[in-house]
Amino acid sequence: MTQVALPPGAIVADKAPPPFSILDYEGNLRPDIDPSLVPEIPDADCLRLYREFIKLRLIDDRYLKLQRQGRLGFYMQSTGEEATQLGVAYALKQSDWIYPSYREPGIAFFRGYSIHDFTNQLFGNAEDPIKGRQMPVHHSFRAGNFVSISSPVGTQIPQAVGTARAAQILKHDTVVSVFFGEGTTSPGDFHVGLNFAGVWKAPVIFVCRNNGWAISTPLALQTASPSIAHKALGYGFPGLLVDGNDILAMISATRIAAARARAGEGPTLIEALTYRRAAHSSSDDPSVYRKGKDDEVREWERRDPVARFSRYLERKGILTPAIDAQYREELTEEISAALKHVETVGVPPLISLIEDVYAQPTAQLREQLAELLTMPRQKLGHG
Amino acid sequence: MPKMSFREALNQAMSEEMQRDPNVLLMGEEVGYYNGAYKVSQGMLARFGEKRVIDTPIAECGFVGIGVGAAMVGLRPIVELMTFNFSLVAIDQIINSAAKIHQMSAGQFKVPMVIRGAGGAAHQLGAQHSNSFEAVYCNTPGLKVVMPSTPADAKGLLKTSIRDDDPVVFIEAELLYGETGEVPEGEYLIPLGKGDIKRPGKDCTIVAYSKMVGLALQAAKELEKEGIDVEIVDPRTLRPLDEDLIFSSVRKTNRLVILQEATPHSSFGGEIAYRVQKHCFDDLDAPIERVASEDVPVPYALNLEAIVLPDVARVVAAVKRTLE
Ligand SMILES: Cc1ncc(C[n+]2csc(CCOP(=O)(O)OP(=O)(O)O)c2C)c(N)n1
Ligand SMILES: [Mg+2]
Repeated sequence: MTQVALPPGAIVADKAPPPFSILDYEGNLRPDIDPSLVPEIPDADCLRLYREFIKLRLIDDRYLKLQRQGRLGFYMQSTGEEATQLGVAYALKQSDWIYPSYREPGIAFFRGYSIHDFTNQLFGNAEDPIKGRQMPVHHSFRAGNFVSISSPVGTQIPQAVGTARAAQILKHDTVVSVFFGEGTTSPGDFHVGLNFAGVWKAPVIFVCRNNGWAISTPLALQTASPSIAHKALGYGFPGLLVDGNDILAMISATRIAAARARAGEGPTLIEALTYRRAAHSSSDDPSVYRKGKDDEVREWERRDPVARFSRYLERKGILTPAIDAQYREELTEEISAALKHVETVGVPPLISLIEDVYAQPTAQLREQLAELLTMPRQKLGHG
Repeated sequence: MPKMSFREALNQAMSEEMQRDPNVLLMGEEVGYYNGAYKVSQGMLARFGEKRVIDTPIAECGFVGIGVGAAMVGLRPIVELMTFNFSLVAIDQIINSAAKIHQMSAGQFKVPMVIRGAGGAAHQLGAQHSNSFEAVYCNTPGLKVVMPSTPADAKGLLKTSIRDDDPVVFIEAELLYGETGEVPEGEYLIPLGKGDIKRPGKDCTIVAYSKMVGLALQAAKELEKEGIDVEIVDPRTLRPLDEDLIFSSVRKTNRLVILQEATPHSSFGGEIAYRVQKHCFDDLDAPIERVASEDVPVPYALNLEAIVLPDVARVVAAVKRTLE
């Protein structure tokens, strides 16, 4: 096949470089790495991060089982994508804002969201911080500047830019980080958001978790771009291709992006290369569309973000088997306690139905509630 | 007549039309290799190939617009939305383009496309995944809006919608996909704008569509025990609307209950009430009743969701109020 020659002035995308990675799969620092890019992390912080890793793993395993047993209506795992979340969480300040998608519970936890609140949200019970309004895994955590999760994909992207623009206007030292999957680079919201951010040099970090799949749709069906990171170029700011299963690389890249944002240099798009090892959600069965892809899954298991970090910490003498065992025991207990507790918690009260639809319940809503209260108790699920 | 599920009936309608007319194609997220998020397009990629069963990126606004463009040049795209909740991302293409291009171009361009997918509340999907948007589309001249309640209606109406020269919004209740019923084989076409009596009766008319027809039938059974004989009118297409069928039923029963899953404010039921009071004012023996969802976003919690959505008890009570 002959190729049509392009004229002078043609701009063609280069092939994607290898991703920025600090740790190899055995948890060693890569020999060619520039030491100034290796983040300095105090031992205590390393252990804190490790504990968050384990928390996410234990919770994912346990809650998926609960869903399979029919005790939980719906669940979404982030197994294998922990470093992407925790790296950003660690590199930013607590006062910075997070616009999550549904696969970043680690950031909420890192910012103080409790296992109790997390669990109550999944069960949509009377102690659910969002009162049984949203599907499981769609948390809202205002105290952690962790914005309410939206089901339609991509809506968070322009909103994050709005928050970043507001920070500029209000002269707040806030960086906004927004998360989405690679599938979510297809809808218009992604492009609109990046375009505005570029124009305004907004202090925002776009974090694309490129986990290879959007439910059953593979990356190749979403884009013809050599990488997701490339897309930033069209909007006038840099894209960083990062090993999303390497927490050190994620911390380092995020720090650089945050420094740019705080210095008024504008947005950065981080493409975190990772893999959705589990099903999209508990309603999905990837064996249907990943048939014959066992090697792909195994390869990504080999790149496991938790194992890489733990080996690194063990080698540095920070993590010991005793500490690991202690964390697992404490966390297992905490999870068990939360699960035991939910059994004692009732359903959200009827009055919550009319709360929060507006800042104040309208007269019509109060009337509606009064009418509902005349219905038989049984129907209302209150005894 | 063979028995089949709602999803199989839809699949048959699309497959028959694609067999019949090479210009018909199906496009949407996961419609091909995955056979559809709700398995409606099972086997269609294997049968018709990648040029006619097209997997798209996640970009409703994109692929609905692409459908509009393809329709204008002579194809007949069926665009599947994973659910109508996501139609909001494409709503400008649907309302301001698909619906209006024919009129704005004085008939020079046609947009013969079907925009179809799951709608309404299913079990515990929360505020953003449980929307009923028919009123929005019904409020748009240029669109036709279809909401079938049985597998047979689904087949007959979808085939007609695909052949229709106007854009059709075709909303399938997510919870009906597995429901089975007898479905006529082969060439079975139901005209758009023709309703159906799902149960004849004399005491009170219930107008219900989509999933709510099933609820109305359950309520009818309860009421029958008390000697109350309701007539259930299923308009099937909300726009154009078979108002004559509704009027003739109301003239017979002199009472009307409108049943809809959508929230009440500014909803489709209001349109029916307007037309009935206008044309059957002297025939009504009681105020028109309406059973709808509570006027709040649908919550996730099981107990609250159950309260919010219409149920048999409320339909029974509403019918009785018309008879008081
Ligand atoms: C506007 C819209 N269209 C479709 C969907 C259905 N949907 C939910 S998640 C998803 C895939 C998202 O994939 P990706 O962005 O890669 O994120 P990942 O799940 O891999 O983390 C789709 C298509 C949706 N939620 N919103
Ligand atoms: Mg993905």
